[in-house]
Amino acid sequence: MAYRHTIKGKVYKFDDLRTLLAKASPYRSGDVLAGLNADSYEHRICAQMTLADVPLKNFLSEALIPYEEDEITRLIIDTHSAAAFDVISHLTVGGLRDWLLSDDVDGAVLTTLAPGFTPEIVAAVSKLMSNQDLIAVAKKCEVVTRFRNTIGLKGHFSTRLQPNHPTDDVKGIAASIIDGLLYGSGDAVIGINPATDSPAAVNSLLELIDYLRRQFDIPTQSCVLCHVTTTIGLINKNAPVDLTFQSIGGTERTNASFGVNLALLEEAYQATLSLNRGSVGNNVMYFETGQGSSLSADAHYGVDQQTCEVRAYAVARRFNPLLVNTVVGFIGPEYLYDGKQIIRAALEDHCCGKLLGLPMGVDVCYTNHAEADQDDMDNLLTLLGVAGCNFVMGIPGSDDIMLNYQSTSFHDALYLRKVLGLKPAPEFEQWLIKQGIFNQSGQLNHHHNPAKLLKAINYER
Amino acid sequence: MSDKPEKADQLQGDPWVSLKNFTAARIAIGRVGSSIPLRQMLNFKLAHAHARDAVYSKLDIDALSDALEEFNLPVYQLHSRAINREKYLTRPDYGRRLDETSVEALRDQVPVTISLVIADGLSAAAVNQYAVELLRLLIPKLVAANTGTLNISLAEQGRVAIADEIGQYFDAELSVILVGERPGLTAPDSMSAYLTYKPRVGLTDESRNCISNIRPDGLDIRPAADKLFYLISESLKRKLSGVELKDRHGLLSS
Repeated sequence: MAYRHTIKGKVYKFDDLRTLLAKASPYRSGDVLAGLNADSYEHRICAQMTLADVPLKNFLSEALIPYEEDEITRLIIDTHSAAAFDVISHLTVGGLRDWLLSDDVDGAVLTTLAPGFTPEIVAAVSKLMSNQDLIAVAKKCEVVTRFRNTIGLKGHFSTRLQPNHPTDDVKGIAASIIDGLLYGSGDAVIGINPATDSPAAVNSLLELIDYLRRQFDIPTQSCVLCHVTTTIGLINKNAPVDLTFQSIGGTERTNASFGVNLALLEEAYQATLSLNRGSVGNNVMYFETGQGSSLSADAHYGVDQQTCEVRAYAVARRFNPLLVNTVVGFIGPEYLYDGKQIIRAALEDHCCGKLLGLPMGVDVCYTNHAEADQDDMDNLLTLLGVAGCNFVMGIPGSDDIMLNYQSTSFHDALYLRKVLGLKPAPEFEQWLIKQGIFNQSGQLNHHHNPAKLLKAINYER
Repeated sequence: MSDKPEKADQLQGDPWVSLKNFTAARIAIGRVGSSIPLRQMLNFKLAHAHARDAVYSKLDIDALSDALEEFNLPVYQLHSRAINREKYLTRPDYGRRLDETSVEALRDQVPVTISLVIADGLSAAAVNQYAVELLRLLIPKLVAANTGTLNISLAEQGRVAIADEIGQYFDAELSVILVGERPGLTAPDSMSAYLTYKPRVGLTDESRNCISNIRPDGLDIRPAADKLFYLISESLKRKLSGVELKDRHGLLSS
């Protein structure tokens, strides 16, 4: 249905919800590239005013991408909980924004409500929220997941140790892992982006991390971020797979461009669950997402990039993931141009994911052709720490020498923990103290002797 | 005296510096408190500054044109639809197509066998440094092997696919574009060469072959020229490019 709004005698008409959401989106280069953005500042705010008055019920009857054409739409509609939605069924999008910020709404309420949210409702309300609102609402949520440790507890903040190497050199990767562990990194996962997707190369990296984990009794999990079909093949060959990784998007065609669909993800999920390798829980999936992937795959159906992104979270929550990571600044300036756009997008992704009940982490990052630098990342990291983000990346000196982009360093996580009083996952913190890497007050131990851990570099298959 | 901070006290080195032998990653960089020491931070910022300068570097048309005279080939100065760097960065579609003036200049040109293109891509600094050097090695080989006629186009604010449109106007059998890569912190001056058989507007990456990381500390200019000559010869002989044109040259996989 069409929506209308009049400002100073000028009538703005929005043909449908999809158009209204796109025009209401805060400015970003990807929506301009797709030709979906508002034409003027007034046009955008007018769209936001219009959106504020739209009843949430409309989102249940008006699909942005047809049910018949897209399995993500079918997933969203078929798994929607009318019972959970009942609490907010009388609200408009604007009413929902105010209600979320009200003191009546706490983490417990939001946890119960999550199955009643659709991605489109969450995307819509986020477009009416300021950065401050996105932080305040996300902060209320607590999404806790478990495998060999407990991630996402209030007051805790974890990191993915990302020890990438341009040729997957096992010793090179081991060196970065050791460096990271000695800086207290790696409680979310030790996760490697392999340079090649060959099963043999992936397997040797899995064996490396598995060896380190067992040798030093580290309460964490490993992941090599290869294609899901490669992981399934490795599971069938009894490789030490803790978590299955996949990049996902918010439309069926986006996922097709990644070579996956819901059935394949279900197969991978069941295969990984069957390994039963978790010790304190069995959240076994690790997903990565990022605004712009649907446009990049020419699979966005005229839906703005932020709404496409939130639809990807519907895919993620189907499989009870341990970790969901929005790789916000990796895609490049044609989608998110500068620090301002990257920061806004990251806060949206984090808040929307949390509202949908996901264990959100953010790759606080940028490429060298984006108008961003370390100061922007410092800002974003701090904002996400305040917002209660579950985890960020830990990369030696912020410089990923394989993927050629900059993310957060081991030192960055220590900074955030120090200024905000945050701790690693409890099991991992105990390990760090036991190893002498951290002292009892959770700071790096000045007199730690790393000799034992350094011997790990002598690992041979 | 004792209240004055001493530099050595604040900076805590990491006793695992020997691990640096195994990776170029920024490991064992030490710390002040739990933060990155100033020298390490400045080194990082310098690498980023080089990368940023490379993104905004400009194709040195005068110097390149002068240098290209030695080949006695037709040289065309062209421009993409991206009028400046900002448009180039936000509109990839503009960087893949020629502007109107360039299109006019290319109407009714004599067909050519191989259309050679030099474009800035994301690092004009890379092609300013290495493009002519590579052509000095490549062109004599092509001439000696009688591969056919050649011309050269300089394309400002150009992406890889701009060679498709240029090649199409010349009705070329093959286009070869030398283009600056997205700068990393390790190397702000890496050049790539892409080769496309029967170039025409609308082709995508699976139609091409690529040689990347061309720079003295990566794939050096001479082996890059050898490899490119091999791919050109094979492409013309087998009348294809892309995934079906396997690299059997043995120097590097593309």
